[in-house]
Amino acid sequence: MTKAAEWQLALPLALCFVSLFLAPLLLLIGVSFFDDDKITQPGFGQWVKFFGDPFSYKVIADTLLLGVKTVCATVLLGYPLALVYLDAPPRLQKILIFVIVMPLLLSVVVRTFAWIVMLGRDGVVNQLLLSLGIISEPLRLLQTELGLVISLTQIEMPLMLLPLISVMSRLDPNLRDASAALGASRWRTLFTVIVPLSMPGLVAGCLLVFASSTTAFISQTVIGGVRLIYLPLLIWQQSLVVFNWPFAAVASIALLVSVLTVVSALSWLGRRSSGHLQG
Amino acid sequence: MKSTSQNMTAASSSQPAARTLDVEKLSVRYGTSLAVDGVSLAIEPGEVVALLGPSGCGKTTLLRVIAGFVRQAAGQVRVDGIPIDHLPANRRNIGIVFQNYALFPHMTVAENVAYGLRARGVANAEIQARIGRFLDIVQLGAFRERLPRQLSGGQQQRVALARALAVEPSILLLDEPFAALDRNLRLDMQIEVKRLQRTLGLTTILVTHDQDEAMSVADRIAVMNKGKVEQFDTPVAIYDRPQTLFVNGFIGTTNLLNGKVAAIDGGSAKVTLDAGATVTLPTRPDIQAGSAVLLSVRPEQLTLSSTPSPSAWRVEPGLSLPLGAQLVHEARTADGATLKIVEPRRAAPPETSRVYCTLAPDAHPSLFPRATS
Repeated sequence: MTKAAEWQLALPLALCFVSLFLAPLLLLIGVSFFDDDKITQPGFGQWVKFFGDPFSYKVIADTLLLGVKTVCATVLLGYPLALVYLDAPPRLQKILIFVIVMPLLLSVVVRTFAWIVMLGRDGVVNQLLLSLGIISEPLRLLQTELGLVISLTQIEMPLMLLPLISVMSRLDPNLRDASAALGASRWRTLFTVIVPLSMPGLVAGCLLVFASSTTAFISQTVIGGVRLIYLPLLIWQQSLVVFNWPFAAVASIALLVSVLTVVSALSWLGRRSSGHLQG
Repeated sequence: MKSTSQNMTAASSSQPAARTLDVEKLSVRYGTSLAVDGVSLAIEPGEVVALLGPSGCGKTTLLRVIAGFVRQAAGQVRVDGIPIDHLPANRRNIGIVFQNYALFPHMTVAENVAYGLRARGVANAEIQARIGRFLDIVQLGAFRERLPRQLSGGQQQRVALARALAVEPSILLLDEPFAALDRNLRLDMQIEVKRLQRTLGLTTILVTHDQDEAMSVADRIAVMNKGKVEQFDTPVAIYDRPQTLFVNGFIGTTNLLNGKVAAIDGGSAKVTLDAGATVTLPTRPDIQAGSAVLLSVRPEQLTLSSTPSPSAWRVEPGLSLPLGAQLVHEARTADGATLKIVEPRRAAPPETSRVYCTLAPDAHPSLFPRATS
């Protein structure tokens, strides 16, 4: 196939991309440079307002921190699960992959509301902990960051596990045997061979979970409520409650840039650690 | 052969003494089938033993049991008489080189060689000294800081060898180590491995499906089929005196002739060949007079002549192919078998006149019982 024909095949997607993503993005940037919410007075007023307010920095920091916490939780729970998957016999692997992918098959709204039932004052988690005698008072989980991180961890887990498993299952199984034959314990093999070599999958997983959890408006609002303010909620309030579109535009750009910065730093790390895999 | 390697062991006194390796009645079960079925091998110190057989014969599984990666259903593995079955792979001190080398791709050559030493907590100065020593042994001193992917296949294999040897293992296992190399390099590496093994006096097991490799590298060969050892002997004995029809067919090229034992006299049998001749040859105890037999004879142990005799049978000459210094003739017998006959390439009368095939004077054919319907 010639180069020209390949271009033509890519054209529909390119048109969609330009008209539905690039143009609105430019529009968004344009709107941010208006001082009033009627979008009549051009100026830098909203930028000064957003970045002059310490509250904005707190919201940005909280949003990024939420992403970091969710990433940490998915790594800590997901990595051992990926190892279990790798060691499992083929039949168990099929069941595991189904269980892992299942959250993706349910609507985010359904998953989020399920977590409300789980995390509520009389929810499953509290009842279990109470009946086991671990706590004497019901824990407050809804509308707290802990509850949000717990539910996001479950919701985003497939995004961590799928890249991790795909990279790990391409590792040469002889490497583990070679390491053992050279006298290395399981832990040494894990930290000196398996973890470094699965880094590309780990980085890809972190990237997806981070980008997805920092922008997870529905979960953040439904579980976190209106008292925990992250950038997506701030944008929603400004655009659809207060109708200050220019300010919402500035907040949107702040979210985009801050998430993009972390994501590009991660993918730079990922590129550095890739290239050790066998094809 | 063996005595030379032992002398060299004694000469290089810094090396630990070579160990014996005993495998006793070892069985490995995969599901309902036995991958290894009651294998026993007694391997001498400093000896190279090849496990030879077709794929799926259990040779690699046997190696993996010795290394400690696979647990056996029954039987025992002993190094210097001490059972090692209860030890995990990382405490057996057995070196292994894999077919794909399994070098750690994210570590340099030096780090790969140092890996086992660091795992054992060897002091850093000693590690550096051993990296230098073993990379010099495999002639890769200049490649310390390279990554495995920057090396050729042969170089990668030498790194794998240096990595396995650096921890001074008691036994060295080689799992099809030459299979991924091209032909010329393979011979170089076979010589190299043999040289290293001799110098270090290491008891070595080599898994291969390549009979030439087994013949050239090993002191003794265990021919395996369907999880069992069919014959465990020197390469020459296996080639000249195959004990079973499988070994006979697996090692080298052979011609099979149908016949019947006419008479037995002491250790020799008079066999009437269906092709139309009577030959006398050494026999084995399980063959009785009157029984149907298969006579197996190597292509180089047959000759063609133009004179008839009672021990020669008539053949119809077919193609002749020059093969290096030799000439391969094809000939058909009266009972329909196709024979391959190899002769040195020399001025010989045209094949058309030489229509009688006979055993060469130094021929040592093998007799096997033949099932008759």
